[in-house]
Amino acid sequence: MAKDRTKIDFQKLEELPPMVQSLRSMAANPTGSWRNLKPVIDLANCIHCTICWKFCPDAAIDWVDDNPVINLDFCKGCGICAEECPKKCIEMVKEGK
Amino acid sequence: MKKVMMGNHAISHGATLSRVQVIAAYPITPQTQVVELLSEIVADQKLKAEFIKVESEHSAMAACIGASSAGARAFTATSAQGLALMHELLHWAAGARLPIVMADINRAMAPPWTIWTDQNDSLSQRDTGWMQFYCQSNQEVLDSVIMAYKVAEKVLMPVMIVLDAFSLSHTYEIVDLPDQALVDTYLPPFDYKYKLNVNDPHTYGGLTTPDWYMEFRVKMQEAMEQALGIIKKEAVEFEKTFGRRYDPVEPYMVDDADIVLVTSGTAASTARFAVDQMRKKGKKVGNLRMRLLRPFPFADVREHLKNARKVVIVDRNISYGYHGIWAQEVKSALYGHSKVPVFNFIAGLGGRDIFPETYIDIVNQVKKMKKPDQELYWVEVKR
Repeated sequence: MAKDRTKIDFQKLEELPPMVQSLRSMAANPTGSWRNLKPVIDLANCIHCTICWKFCPDAAIDWVDDNPVINLDFCKGCGICAEECPKKCIEMVKEGK
Repeated sequence: MKKVMMGNHAISHGATLSRVQVIAAYPITPQTQVVELLSEIVADQKLKAEFIKVESEHSAMAACIGASSAGARAFTATSAQGLALMHELLHWAAGARLPIVMADINRAMAPPWTIWTDQNDSLSQRDTGWMQFYCQSNQEVLDSVIMAYKVAEKVLMPVMIVLDAFSLSHTYEIVDLPDQALVDTYLPPFDYKYKLNVNDPHTYGGLTTPDWYMEFRVKMQEAMEQALGIIKKEAVEFEKTFGRRYDPVEPYMVDDADIVLVTSGTAASTARFAVDQMRKKGKKVGNLRMRLLRPFPFADVREHLKNARKVVIVDRNISYGYHGIWAQEVKSALYGHSKVPVFNFIAGLGGRDIFPETYIDIVNQVKKMKKPDQELYWVEVKR
């Protein structure tokens, strides 16, 4: 999905919807910035079982050409994918400073 | 079609006639029959709805929030501890502006464990952003469910229909079941402008900074103020369609009354009976029944209490360390508008009966006083 990141500035009350509602999908609001550990996948050992993709609580793993690809704009480094991977081919690596 | 039914079944029929699409509820005495009958109606395919069995009241409200966000007409019912468990999500439903309707059967809070009526459960949820309609008959309960969806969906705020445990929930009365076709003309299908849509995804309820949080609260307050006007308009509209009328307050012989008893729920019907008895003996007593807690009908309260020489609020609830809760509300409405002395009596907690004689005793006690010499008076307490 194309990410439209145009900033939207409200000026007053009347312009707001009645409830807090993003004007675009979460694709426009990257939330991966506070990650300490990032998953690194060893695709040589990957059996393409999709378990990591299914378990990611933030839908931050994309499935591209039958391979899992971590979307680092949204991955928060929780490590659930590494924990669930039956081949243990996902390693949680410390983010560089 | 007229039928004899218990208050709880009047709620179920009200929800069925409103064509609710999702029902999520957890059973609790004295609410159980509400969802029992609804589950049968859904199982018999007399109502096209999803009946979601949940593991708690917190989950029941969460399911209603999800359903309503997706644009479905959602319904639940609960009591006492169940309502208290929902508390967090009551704020969420109102803040997300979801027109969910729920019935709360007033049951006193534990401990000590109890199943009988008083109003502390619903009144404790006063500030969550839910409208609250207090009912006094099974007919009013059924009609209020239908009317609640109409009002809620216009202003996008949820409604709680409130009725007394046992003295209404399990009491059988004659109820006129309106024709489905007539209800359909009064209550069109729910068309939610902000519903979840996979083709146009949005995030709801996300982090909001101090820059904008307050503006959403202004919008909720404005919606509630708007709701009061809509409730008054709908009272007329409902009467035109169904021949029955429900105003924010119900005055009874208040115009020339020296003493006005302010009451709510089934205790209000008893008060009117007591007023009749006292009127026969030449005592100028009236009754003002409060139907609306939120939005609060300030103008109606001031108008109907303007001629009273003494106002007596009989509360079936208490805010420990303060007054009864209706007393706080009514006093606040009168402040700066009237100098009438206001007396507060606490009666009938935990389902203790409030009899006509209870009101007659209260009036006799008030007659002896020029103004209250205590913040509140306990009624029929064993000392």
